[in-house]
Amino acid sequence: MSDTKTGVHVHDGDIAPGDERADGTEVAEGIRGYLIGLALSVAATVVAFFLVGTSLVWQPSIPAAVIVLAIAQMGVHVVFFLHITTRPDSVNNVMALTFGIFVVFVLIVGSVWIMTHLNYNMIPMERLMQMQR
Amino acid sequence: MSMARTDVGFAGGAVNVPVVHAEGGVASKRIVTAYGFWVFLLSDVVMFSAFFAAYVVLVNMTDGGPSGRDLFNLSIVALETGCLLLSSFTCGVASLGARARNNSWYYGGMIATAILGVAFLLLEFRDFTNLIAQGAGPSRSAFLSAYFALVGCHGVHVTMGVLFLLTMMAQVYAKGYRPDILRRVLCFGLFWHTLDIIWVGIFSVVYLLGVAP
Repeated sequence: MSDTKTGVHVHDGDIAPGDERADGTEVAEGIRGYLIGLALSVAATVVAFFLVGTSLVWQPSIPAAVIVLAIAQMGVHVVFFLHITTRPDSVNNVMALTFGIFVVFVLIVGSVWIMTHLNYNMIPMERLMQMQR
Repeated sequence: MSMARTDVGFAGGAVNVPVVHAEGGVASKRIVTAYGFWVFLLSDVVMFSAFFAAYVVLVNMTDGGPSGRDLFNLSIVALETGCLLLSSFTCGVASLGARARNNSWYYGGMIATAILGVAFLLLEFRDFTNLIAQGAGPSRSAFLSAYFALVGCHGVHVTMGVLFLLTMMAQVYAKGYRPDILRRVLCFGLFWHTLDIIWVGIFSVVYLLGVAP
């Protein structure tokens, strides 16, 4: 059955991405979820900005830490803001997201991998310029 | 058998028509619309990932010009990030308000989101004009071309998001909390939150890694 006023599904079947399975439509109840999301997100951001400016942390670990924090923060946004969760009613949304992540992964990792190898094997730019003269 | 109401849109509006279909049958229009929009957003994310890949490949091709370390000002980036994170929260408040049909939560959330979005755009525009004034425009080096393409593409999306937002405020004002309008509000929320996720990638990969040791 769906709520005939809003069209929000309440009981059976799937759930639209972005919709929360809220039993009541109380605003205050929903705001709690968004506040948790905001707090986690701000915490990840502050830590990431702090890491880049500090000398307290082993320097070579910083880029990896920034990437990990970014991925964690994206996860927080997906769960608390987009409400894409692992609940059974959200399976279709998660499947689409999984495929999206797969394509993004192939695109970025594949490009970086191939291009660094090409760069490595290329003749140095100065010699290339001399050959063109 | 389950009874669901499906909206049939025709000539200027939607009418609620009770439709009977089998268990596990056709999903409600809200689900179909939001799912379709979700798939579009994922394709948009794939497009952004191509820009990210181009940026990461070209980040060291500065052609003797300035690199990210020379150009990026992290305090402005922190302000921009604050604007977008807060706006994601206010956008969530607005969508809760729309669902509860509460005018003050809905309009309050939307206006706050619009102000934060415009503040972000102004900061970014000022940043871009500063860079170009320093001679670090998109034509300076491959690195800067990739930088302006990636960050500018996100800025264009935010601009479209603000227009989308104003449209949704006007539509709710003019037509009320009808199911078809609420579906569009849902899509707007998805769009805005997705842009925020892309900004997380930008401030981490472009700005933080750009100045990281």
